Amino acid sequence: MLEVNHLSISFLQYEKGLKQQQLKVIKDLSVSVHSGEILAVVGSSGSGKSLLAHAILGILPTNATTEGTIYFDGVKLTPEKKEEFRGKEISFVPQSVNFLDPLMRVGTQVRNAARGASTSAQRKAFERLRLAKDVEQKFPFQLSGGMARRVLASTAMVSGAKLIIADEPTPGMDPTVIKEALKYFRELADSGCTVLMITHDIGAALEIADKIAVFYAGTTVESAMVNDFSGDGRLLRHPYSKALWRALPQNDFLPIPGSQPLPYANLPGCLFEPRCAFATTECRQDEPKPREIRNGIVRCIHAT
Amino acid sequence: MKNMIKFILKKTIRMVSLLIALCIISFLLISYSPIDPIQAYVGADMMRVGPEQRDKIAEYWGLDQSPLEQFVQWGSRVLQGDLGTSMIYRRPVADIISEKFLNSIILMSLAWLLSGIIGFIIGSIAAMKKDTWIDRTIKWYCYTLASTPTFWIGLLFLMIFAAWLDWFPIGLGVPAGVIAEDVTIGDRIKHLILPTLTLSMIGIANIALHTRQKLIDILSSDYVLFAKARGEKGFVLFWRHGLRNVALPAITLQFAAFSELFGGAVIAETVFSYPGLGQATVEAGLRGDVPLLLGIVIFSAIFVFIGNLVADLIYRLVDPRIREGKFL
Repeated sequence: MLEVNHLSISFLQYEKGLKQQQLKVIKDLSVSVHSGEILAVVGSSGSGKSLLAHAILGILPTNATTEGTIYFDGVKLTPEKKEEFRGKEISFVPQSVNFLDPLMRVGTQVRNAARGASTSAQRKAFERLRLAKDVEQKFPFQLSGGMARRVLASTAMVSGAKLIIADEPTPGMDPTVIKEALKYFRELADSGCTVLMITHDIGAALEIADKIAVFYAGTTVESAMVNDFSGDGRLLRHPYSKALWRALPQNDFLPIPGSQPLPYANLPGCLFEPRCAFATTECRQDEPKPREIRNGIVRCIHAT
Repeated sequence: MKNMIKFILKKTIRMVSLLIALCIISFLLISYSPIDPIQAYVGADMMRVGPEQRDKIAEYWGLDQSPLEQFVQWGSRVLQGDLGTSMIYRRPVADIISEKFLNSIILMSLAWLLSGIIGFIIGSIAAMKKDTWIDRTIKWYCYTLASTPTFWIGLLFLMIFAAWLDWFPIGLGVPAGVIAEDVTIGDRIKHLILPTLTLSMIGIANIALHTRQKLIDILSSDYVLFAKARGEKGFVLFWRHGLRNVALPAITLQFAAFSELFGGAVIAETVFSYPGLGQATVEAGLRGDVPLLLGIVIFSAIFVFIGNLVADLIYRLVDPRIREGKFL
């Protein structure tokens, strides 16, 4: 359904004076998801995950350049195709209230995203997400963070799109609403929709996703089935995924020392090498190529 | 409601204190100006006026008193609603101002509307077509205009349209040598066109550049990004989100531009010898007509203040964040 191959996104930036620099924020990223599936792209905040969503929709800023190919439903997504599909075939759930027009009533904004009988669709979506009826008459500044996210999620519900890209849909909602929203995404997927969820909330991802792609320093280090995240994480393939899993409060609650390399770093070898407990000298030499191991994909030369 | 009363009260206090300060400063400036009001009043006949007559004139206008006494006298009369008598027109200042203002208001409101509408439209077009040749042309035009003095444009228009092409009259508000009853509306309109164009020309650049920048900011906002992600583009996008969000600052700017309008009118009316309030200001200043000048100062301050007040009020009425939010 959706296939992202070797996607790279770089920004043209001015350094000191007039010297320009290509800043690679996403490099060689590949993910794929079949229809009826939910893929969660999991990574820490500020790692550039949102750009993946923007790249698929073709709404990156003009100083960004992309490489690689994206296929949707077997069609190669060119800039023209993206423009044609967005809002109709592909729907986007952004992450904050800033994405709502501050001067337009939210009910109208949701209706603008709908096809056909927009008012009834909007009311049904609001009811579903437990938004009171008078919310449609409110302006974005009158919403709480959780309400705003539910309004944003309802724009995807009314669009009737085949692919839904949700960028951090859960923070700020209370647990019952998160459950409801996640359940709704699951239902959408079960009825044939494809959902790409970008999140740092592994808990939410594990609850509904079929596949999980672990995002680190601008690329996916591992794509695994959701069942691989269990027990002591032995089924996981990449040291970062394992460390991430063990860092969860319900597991060992062990922090990972160090921090992600910045896009400027240009490490020659494996991006996780500086923080990896199992790193060897070979890890520093070449960037590890993605390999298929036990039905998953991993970028680690030591993975088994 | 309580907030509204507080708002009005605050604005009134501000206005009154502004007016008092303005009067004191203007009076001080005039009393230190090198123009001798008696000489300016008598004009070329000064040689024939003896020292006794001079003293008499000074006594008649109260010019023999100290500036402080003059100010107190003038001030107490203003508080009773009497703006005094103009020295050059020898008629009550209030009459002169209302007569001149009626001439100016047509000129100013036309220029105001023209510059507002045209400026907003070309500013919006430039922002929507950012970095294309249309945008560059509009930007070039605006920068050129914004850096051109009003009087120079006025002179240029006079040269081209009045002197060379002879399409419009060279100055004044009505044809010279025609009895007042015989002046037609057509005549008045003809005399109005060049000053109006001159006055609106400068405003257009200002409004267009502001609108362009504001709309560019809006177009790069997250909510426009999301609107694009929902498949909106082109005119629909502008209509739904651009116009709505850019209209508020544009309206505010438009009403706040009252002061520039007044300043521009002084220059445009002088260049075209148009008998409006702007020309009266220049006359009063040059000939040391203190009552008229101070009257115009008070009037223009109120005029500009009302413009800003209207901008404030519109914001309150239109912006839901202020209207429906509890904060003022």
